[in-house]
Amino acid sequence: MGAKRMVSHSLWIAWKDLLELTRVRMLLVLLVLMPLFMMLMVGYIFPTSGSINHLPVGLVDLDPGNDNSPGHTFVLQLEAINNQTGMMDLSSATSFADIKTKIQNGDIYGGIIIPENFSSSFMAGKQATITIITDQSNPQISQMMQGVLTQTIDQMGVLLAENRVINNTSIGADNSLAIVKPYAVETKGIVPGNPNYFQFVAPGIIAMVVMMSLMTALPRAISHEKEVGTLDGMMAAPVNRLSILLGKTIAQMVRGMIQGVIILVLAVTLFGVTIYGSVPLIFALLLLGVFSFVGLGIVITSFAKNEETAAMMMMTIMFPMMFLSGVFFPIQQMPWFMQDISKVLPLTYATKALRKVMTLGAGIPSIATELAVLIGFGAVMILIAVPVFRRAMTR
Amino acid sequence: MVKNMIEVKNLTKEFNGVTAVNHVSFDVKEGEIFGLLGPNGAGKSTTIRVLCTLTRPTEGTATIGGHDIVKDGSKVRELVGLVSEKMIMYDRLTAKENLKFFGKLYNIPNDVLDRRIKEMLELVHMEKWQNKQVGTYSTGMKQRINIIRALLNMPEVLFLDEPTLGLDPQSSTEIREFIRKINQERKITIILTTHMMIEADMLCDRIGIMDYGKIIALDTSHNLKKMVNGGNTFELNISNLNNKLLSLIQSVGSVKSVVRENETRVKVRAEGDGAFDDIVDAIRANNGKIVSINSLEPTLEDVFLHLTGHEVREQVSERVESGFNHMREVRPRIR
Repeated sequence: MGAKRMVSHSLWIAWKDLLELTRVRMLLVLLVLMPLFMMLMVGYIFPTSGSINHLPVGLVDLDPGNDNSPGHTFVLQLEAINNQTGMMDLSSATSFADIKTKIQNGDIYGGIIIPENFSSSFMAGKQATITIITDQSNPQISQMMQGVLTQTIDQMGVLLAENRVINNTSIGADNSLAIVKPYAVETKGIVPGNPNYFQFVAPGIIAMVVMMSLMTALPRAISHEKEVGTLDGMMAAPVNRLSILLGKTIAQMVRGMIQGVIILVLAVTLFGVTIYGSVPLIFALLLLGVFSFVGLGIVITSFAKNEETAAMMMMTIMFPMMFLSGVFFPIQQMPWFMQDISKVLPLTYATKALRKVMTLGAGIPSIATELAVLIGFGAVMILIAVPVFRRAMTR
Repeated sequence: MVKNMIEVKNLTKEFNGVTAVNHVSFDVKEGEIFGLLGPNGAGKSTTIRVLCTLTRPTEGTATIGGHDIVKDGSKVRELVGLVSEKMIMYDRLTAKENLKFFGKLYNIPNDVLDRRIKEMLELVHMEKWQNKQVGTYSTGMKQRINIIRALLNMPEVLFLDEPTLGLDPQSSTEIREFIRKINQERKITIILTTHMMIEADMLCDRIGIMDYGKIIALDTSHNLKKMVNGGNTFELNISNLNNKLLSLIQSVGSVKSVVRENETRVKVRAEGDGAFDDIVDAIRANNGKIVSINSLEPTLEDVFLHLTGHEVREQVSERVESGFNHMREVRPRIR
């Protein structure tokens, strides 16, 4: 049987599969809805510092000083800064015990205590202490609040110090900041703009959806046809087994790519994701990602006796992959053994490469390692999968 | 001498230690309708699947049109068409799309294929429905499309696995007529499996009776029926039938059994060539008035019962329901 026939058969099978797909309207709707939900969920659920505002915080002022005392000035300044940023909703409290009760009741997420000796220490030329109380039941919020408060208080400290330098020395306003804070930190990305969490997850989600849809749909498509008996129709025709496989793969690839494009468009239009790299390279990467997964999909197909088993096997592989490939969380924050696992998952490399290209505008040389891994993984899996599949088809 | 289209030699198929087809050998002549008759799980479908190259035989082989099914699978696939128990059609595609797709798998050029699809749709009176999705059809309509799908590549051999399963009587009759028509007009060799005696009797030139993976008898319907012991069965209508006449018939030497069916009708089973005359003479001699006599031919059901000691309709599920003790006798049957 000629190669031309094989290709022609594959294309007809792909055409048939896609035609079937278009007949299920609900599925078409879900094709758009699924990635949309996914983006909404992961984009808004995971907290970012920018998203925190109007956190209820209790303020205890134990400083006995009058209106002009440093303690009172501090409170006024804190309120003024907070009014600009809107990060906290300050309410007054009476004591540490009061703040404790309020945190326990869930009324506030943290507290600030200005101690009795604040003004006196200040006047005596000593360091004054401010206590921040955090809600330990919610580490993430508490950490974020701590950061916000520390930053605000530091800022106030710097301002105060600057004033003292100007007032007490001959150094002018131009140089006062350099005395108080000799080093300034400047953060700069390699591409313009300030990336949000979507920018981080979008490449991962695209890679994941494209590859997962191939890996889930391929075994299901074949085992479904096996179960309803239509596969016999193809097998009883003079069609190479590989053509069936190839045709099914093409169909699922097209489907996956369409879904990828949908996510890309949604990410750009609705979630403010910017693509800095070349779009053709992104598509090439997606195709390569799909290629790396084909073998795995075929192996599962060969072992799955029916649709249900196929679906279950997919779930088993999909979940660890979703969380270990750095799609939602950075790999660097995982314990060492999980990092090791993530190193053998092709999705890790696809996500990494896609992120580099999409967000950092990287070219082919920068992603050479990832490309090599994806090609290698795909090739090895296919070499394993094809004989396994052939045997499974003609029992 | 008609040549053999299919030659099956010692064909065996085992699944995980269970023998579904057990050293089966038979030949099918060119242009013949050959029936495989047997209860569910007798191994008919497996035999067909092996012959269609869908599964490899564990042992033995077969040739179709001279091509070995194991060594020359792709040649065989070009020669055969398959209508299997499960319909080979995509519900979400229209009849025309289904036919086009399967036709393309047989490398039929577009113009030939389009013409053939049109002809075939007309042949089964489905041209009006060709652009409707198959899922909206009745089972009978689906089966019509399913059968012409198997004919698209102009096969020399057509395998029909339970082609009327689940169809209403009218559709069944239509399908049977169509099968006979394509066999006669197109000279297609047909292998048909069925668990329905009537269907086998109506359609098949020769019938192989299968049970537990083996062919236990193979002959024409007529010859098979001759195998049944007990010779002839008559149905007599006697207008003045009474108990005296009944016992008289019973006393005739060749009579094996007498069953009174209603006021005037009696069913008599007798052996021997002279049995008929003896019975009629005995009735006449005692003033019995015979209105009519029917000679009842034994059915294939009788043949099956005679050969296997159990009825063809008897199935595992029924046996299991009938009690635990029976269950132990049941051997596993697989398709």
